[in-house]
Formats: sequence, structure tokens, C-alpha cells
Amino acid sequence: MEKIAGKKYYALLRLGFSYLILVAMSMVFITPFIWMVSSSLHSLEGVFKVPFDWIPDTLHWDNYHQAITLLPFGRYFLNTAFIVTMVLAGTIFSCTLVAYGFARLQFRGRNKLFGLCIATMMLPAQVTMIPLYTIFARLGWVDTFIPLILPAFFGSPFYIFLLRQFFMTIPYQYDEAALMDGASRFRIYWNIILPLSRPVIATVVVFTFIGVWNDFFNPLIYINSFEKATLTLGLNLLKNQIIGSGVTQWHLLMAASVLVLIPNIIVFFLAQRQFMKGLNVGGLKG
Amino acid sequence: MKKWKRDLQGYLFISPWLVGFILFAAGPMLGSFMMSFTRWSLLSPPQWIGLSNYQQALSNDPLVYKSLWNTAYYVFFSVPLGVLVSLFLALMLNQKLRGMSFFRTIYFLPSITNLVAVSIVWMWIFNPEFGLLNRILEWVGIQGPLWLHSETWSKPALILMSLWGIGGGMIINLAALQNIPEELYEAAELDGARGWHKIRNITLPLITPAIFFNLVMNIIGSFQVFTQAFVMTATAGQGQEGGPNNSTLFFVLYLYKKAFQQFKMGYASTLAWILFAIILIFTFFQFKLSRRWVYYESGERG
Repeated sequence: MEKIAGKKYYALLRLGFSYLILVAMSMVFITPFIWMVSSSLHSLEGVFKVPFDWIPDTLHWDNYHQAITLLPFGRYFLNTAFIVTMVLAGTIFSCTLVAYGFARLQFRGRNKLFGLCIATMMLPAQVTMIPLYTIFARLGWVDTFIPLILPAFFGSPFYIFLLRQFFMTIPYQYDEAALMDGASRFRIYWNIILPLSRPVIATVVVFTFIGVWNDFFNPLIYINSFEKATLTLGLNLLKNQIIGSGVTQWHLLMAASVLVLIPNIIVFFLAQRQFMKGLNVGGLKG
Repeated sequence: MKKWKRDLQGYLFISPWLVGFILFAAGPMLGSFMMSFTRWSLLSPPQWIGLSNYQQALSNDPLVYKSLWNTAYYVFFSVPLGVLVSLFLALMLNQKLRGMSFFRTIYFLPSITNLVAVSIVWMWIFNPEFGLLNRILEWVGIQGPLWLHSETWSKPALILMSLWGIGGGMIINLAALQNIPEELYEAAELDGARGWHKIRNITLPLITPAIFFNLVMNIIGSFQVFTQAFVMTATAGQGQEGGPNNSTLFFVLYLYKKAFQQFKMGYASTLAWILFAIILIFTFFQFKLSRRWVYYESGERG
């Protein structure tokens, strides 16, 4: 009897210890967000107060209004939304076609070409970006959205891989039956494979959205005009402007950061499952 | 169907990628390699100068070594720490307890956020006088360092920040953990294995593929660290990125400055190929070494 009671006691202790660690780690991960939101609602004096008031006496919501009027953030939002939409269209169109080819068609050199496709995932962007920049510059496309959008129409290895893995799990009898009925391969792709692949396409949409929304490097090198910036680039412009002007107005910078992060967080909560699926297919089979 | 027709159909379907591969990967790669032997400022036509750029970079440019050292420092600490922390968190989340999806959400969230916004938030966290971190340190009686304004502490600051964003690796580990068949543990328990022994002899060997994947991807990613350093350490204004005494001038940041601030396209291409060579060598040796420690279920190793 005593032994059983001891075991129970031990299990309870372990449980308590597990939750202690889990909660402590949660605090570590969540505190920067709380710090950001809290700072964004302070006055300028408030953020420099010692000790820090986690909940400000008066909530300065007007910080948000001020932050978005310092730079044309409405414009930046539209620019980003436009780029995201175009990249999504290009990515879905090209990657599903290519993945269908790799997953369900027989042709010479297929596996070698697929291997090559996977290998390019590991290619560091630095090796291609300088010639690409010079080509886009020669075409007069620097400071337009074209360099940010056009490559999406030519497939992206990770998404091709992700889609191919899924397409291969769809029974081949569907294709065979459709072929017997005289359907073309394109029809099969369009009318059978795509509708069945909504879950994995959703994953690609979510990853693409976040990737483009967060992209900093490409807008940084290709966009020069103030009014053509994306939100991410605009946020950095705002940072330069604020840091360069005397006392740093952290409350405004935090308000702007919150605004840029809100879409991330919304998409994250709507699509957590898609994120995990994408990561797991990539991780386990990669 | 005729064979050539069948092949043509396949190529047609993959043609977007084929064209893209030539236009956006293979072509530019070749171009970059050629450019690395030229002097080119975009204004005048490129000038073939043979190996001079490589000579300059490897023997005459102290900033190349400085930035390589900074990058190595960053990779050397942030990758192993990241792998360990993401493994630890995944093990914690793999317990059959209530509320796990809540904790998973919290740990995962930072990894999908906008890096520029996050960098700005961390700039404020690292603020020596009024930032969150030094406020906490002061509260426990420690005088915090100058972080981003200190030559010694700027890299540790960025490493610390990188640990906040390890959610992706954690999810990959967690999925691997959840794929381990329950029977294995039951069998081990019958043989008297407990706690740590189960982790050491069942869990860890079975998730080595996931750990290996995280390691390879983290190393490739960390060698290319750029945004944080670019956004957070431009203390002296634009063009001055790199932190105090260039202590956060990472290799890609240096490359960026050469290419897009000074428009030395030839020299920047040389730097890109040096980076590419380093990443290739690291990845190659990791795959070689993986045969010794990565366990694959089919019984074969490596």
C-alpha cells in the first residue's frame, strides 16, 4: 500500500513540475508580445518610466493613429496586398501543374529532374540574387513590383515538393477511369486532382502568404521609391526615421509593429493546422 | 501513346519549373560565377580581372574575416542552442497532459511573425537603460550590459533572440516524437526501463532524422543571417549597419553592403561564392557524419 501511495505522490510531483516548466516557458515566449503591446499604449514618458507600468494609467490609442500617419501605411498595405495576391496566383498555378507532372506522369528523366528541383531548395539566395538584380535592372524593372511577383509564376521547389507528396496519395484509379472516358491529362489535373487537394493547397496558400508578407530582403533591394514600399519595408523606414530623430519614440514604433504583426497573428490562429502540416511533411520526408 | 508524346506531355506540365530553373536558378548561378571574376560597378561594362576578387577577399580584406568570424560565432552558438531548446520544448509538449495545444501555440507563434517587426521589438527589449531585459536584470540585482551597443554583447543578444523563434524546429521534433509507436515504450517498460533510459534509448535514436533535418536547415539558415543585424544594429544610421566596431557585420550583411550600397557587383559575387562553398562543405560533412548518429528505421544507416 505504502508503495502505491509513494508512486502516486511521485506522479503528482512530476505533473506539477511539468506544468511549472511549461508555464515558465510560456511566460518567456509571450512576454515580448505583452511588452510590445503595453509599450504601444503608453505615452513617451510612460515607456521610460521606472518601474514599468505593464498597464498604463491612460491607454494612448492615438499612438496607433499617429504611427500610421507618420508614413503612408495605407498605401503600403495596398502594395503588400497586391503583391501577395499576385504571388499567390502565380504560386498556386505553377506549383500545382509542376507537382502534378512530377507526381502522376511518366516521362524520361523525371526522377532526376525532381531531384534537381529539390536540390535547388538548398541553394542560397545570395548566389543568384546579384545577376537577377542586374537583369531586372537592365529590363528597367527595378523599383517596380515585377521582380517581386514574376518568379512566383515559375514554381517554388518547397511547394512543388509539398504538393507532389500529397498528389501521390490520391488513388491512380481516378486517373485511369478518367483516361478511359477520354479525359485529357489537363482535365484530370483540373477536375479531379485540384478539387481533391484543397487541404494541401490551403497549406501552400498559408505559407506563401506569410512568406511574402514577411519578406524583407527582396523589397529592400528592388524597391527604391518611398511610396512603393511594402509594409515590412515601410516599417523599417519608419524605424530609421524615428531612431534618427533625437529621443526614440518607442511607443510609436511598438504601435506600428503591432499593426504589422496583426495579420500574421490572425492568419496563424486561422491556419495553425496548415502550418504544422506543411512543416511536418517538409521535416519528415525532407 | 507514343513515347515522345508521353515525354512531351510530362515536360509540358513541369515547364513552369523548367523555365524557372533556367531563368532564376541555373542561369543566374552561372552568371554569378562569371561575375565573380570581374570588376563591375553597373555603370561601366564588366571588366575581367581573373582571380583578383578572390585574392582580395581571402588575403586583403580584413572585413571578410571579421564577418566570417561573426557569422561562425553566431552559427556556433545559435544552432546547437536552438536544436537543444527546440528538442526540450518538443519533449515537454509530448506529454499526455491537458492544455498542450495551448502551450504549443504559444511556443510556435513567434516563429511565423514578421522579422522586421520582431527585430524592432527586440531592439526595445535590449535597450540598455529602459529595455525589458535590463529592467528584469536590475530587478534581480544585476547591472545589465549594453547589449546591441556593446561589442561583446551584440552577438549574444542576437543569439538570444534567435532562440525565441525556434517554433518551427520544435514542431518538426514534436511530429517525430508523436510518430514513435507506443508499443516500443511498453516493451521497454516490461524490460524495466524507466524515465531517462526510455528517452536515451528509444526516443532520441528514433527522432535523430528530425534532429538532423533541423540541424542542416538551421546551419544553412544561420549562415545567411541578415535581417536582424540589418534592422537592429544600424546605430549610426543608414550605411553604417554592422553594430559597434562591426561586431554584428555578418557575412551576408557585408555582401549586401558591397552589392547594394557600394554596387561592387563583381566582388559581391565573389563573396556569394565563398559563402556557397562554405555552406556546401558544412552540409556535405553533416551528411557524412550523419551516418554515425542518424538512425533510419529501415535498418540501413545513412
